[in-house]
Amino acid sequence: MRAMTYRGPYKLRVEEKDKPRIEHPNDAIVRVQLAAICGSDLHLYHGLMPDTRVGHTFGHEFIGVVDEVGSSVEDLQVGDRVMVPFNIFCGSCWFCARGLYSNCHNVNPNATAVGGIYGYSHTTGGYDGGQAEYVRVPFADVGPVKIPDWMHDEDAVLLTDAAATGYFGAQLGEIAEGDTVVVLGAGPVGLIAAQSSWLMGAGRVIVIDHLPERLEKARTMAHAETLDYDEYDDIVVEMKKQTDFLGADVVIEAVGAEADGNFLQHLAGTKLKLQGGSPVALNWAIDGVRKGGTISVVGAYGPIPNAVKFGDALNKGLTLRMNQTPVKRQWPRMFEHVRNGHLTPRDMVTHRFPLEDISEAYHVFSAKLDGCIKPLIVPSAS
Amino acid sequence: MTEPSSDVPSAYVSDKRTPAPSREELRARIPGWGADLDPADRPSHPKLQYAPDTTGARWRFPDRQPGAEGREHSIEHAFLTPVFGTAQPLHGASGAIRRLAYVRFSEGRLAHWLLLIIGDRVDAWGSHLRSFASLHPDNPITETGVLGELSASGSARSGRSDRRHQLLDPVIVAGPWVAGAGAVFLGVRKAARGLRG
Repeated sequence: MRAMTYRGPYKLRVEEKDKPRIEHPNDAIVRVQLAAICGSDLHLYHGLMPDTRVGHTFGHEFIGVVDEVGSSVEDLQVGDRVMVPFNIFCGSCWFCARGLYSNCHNVNPNATAVGGIYGYSHTTGGYDGGQAEYVRVPFADVGPVKIPDWMHDEDAVLLTDAAATGYFGAQLGEIAEGDTVVVLGAGPVGLIAAQSSWLMGAGRVIVIDHLPERLEKARTMAHAETLDYDEYDDIVVEMKKQTDFLGADVVIEAVGAEADGNFLQHLAGTKLKLQGGSPVALNWAIDGVRKGGTISVVGAYGPIPNAVKFGDALNKGLTLRMNQTPVKRQWPRMFEHVRNGHLTPRDMVTHRFPLEDISEAYHVFSAKLDGCIKPLIVPSAS
Repeated sequence: MTEPSSDVPSAYVSDKRTPAPSREELRARIPGWGADLDPADRPSHPKLQYAPDTTGARWRFPDRQPGAEGREHSIEHAFLTPVFGTAQPLHGASGAIRRLAYVRFSEGRLAHWLLLIIGDRVDAWGSHLRSFASLHPDNPITETGVLGELSASGSARSGRSDRRHQLLDPVIVAGPWVAGAGAVFLGVRKAARGLRG
């Protein structure tokens, strides 16, 4: 089969690989119809995630058709069209039993600090991902869901991570009616987090980024006020001015480990790998939220330490809430919101690439060329 | 009692001086405003929800996947997890480095992660060098995706997220190769001089 393969930092290509096989009785093999590149895939691409092995196939956002099922699979049949949460989870461990599917303890031998994720290095379990023609899906009776007839494929693929993570991020903020919510980052997660903040009763939503096309999308798609941090000498001071010197009630950090905005942090973390990425957005969140406020962190960070201003978080009495998203738990309610038009994931898709052009797709997404917000990958077009 | 003047910001008095817009105003402007106002409608509230019978799992503990022999795992795990990825097994020098990280250091030790990063770089360099002895050598032009600078029509794509920082990427990508080539050149020259006496 054809599959994207990692060749080292900033380098990847499409190769012929063996088609995945059933390795456990509850496995399924899914023929991928549509995949996406996630912003967190760029952390792998840039060499920030430990134990990313040459030959690894990325991709944790994908939908497809069941091609083969293991002997114990009961709920799926060959030919079913499924959307697959980015989490690999067993459904039966202490954590899954309590709904923490992203923290499953039975699927990732390589680390206890993170659950299993498709195509996200061996630090998350060593599973190849969905930027390929076929992918192995463990626990087929637990994770995947048949795509509803009414749902658009592009909404379905975005619900497997980016959209679900934005919705989850707004929930972590514990938004109360009338709250002022600041969303850091107008990428796919931030845009849905902004839309979701309104659903939870925000009185004001402000999105901060520095890319004009993304800020425009935040205004049109998420009805948010926007701030371009490049226009201010110190964006934290502007956040204080915007909130009558209180600070935001809630800040949702939807940027993660490759934050721009501070040259030295970006150079030390993202380019030279001297820390686990750049914590600029997290530090802005700590500075910009009001005392006693809540920070929701859904931007992705790896296991290498960062220079985070933890003392300020303590002294301001902040609540910090975070996790990888337990995706399937979000779906029933999110399906209603998508069907009602309250959440509009596919509005943020800007690019569609055939699998054979995936090197260019990563470059365009990484450099944000052409106003790229969300690129999709189409294996069948290759 | 002194009333604060109107230019004293909210942070210095007991209530926000500019109240949020009304429900009616927000509902008129924002599709779905307040649909999840009640925390009970939010799927992740509360964080822990004990419901093992709703996950689809029909087992108390999953069947163990075959092929566990030699599979590395974190020493913070009691044993190899019953299901695991088999994408790229450990091999060669990079595999030895990575295995040392797993066998010797817990996830709580920075040495664990730094060894894994070193293993990644050894893996990448070794793969690059091996590729030159294969029928499919690495091609920095196609593999870095730099051809994506041009659109399908051949025109340059617009926009760039961080022009200042993007200049660093070629240095980060090509720098180790230039440094490596320089080290090889100096080493060979020194060896040649040594042989000449």
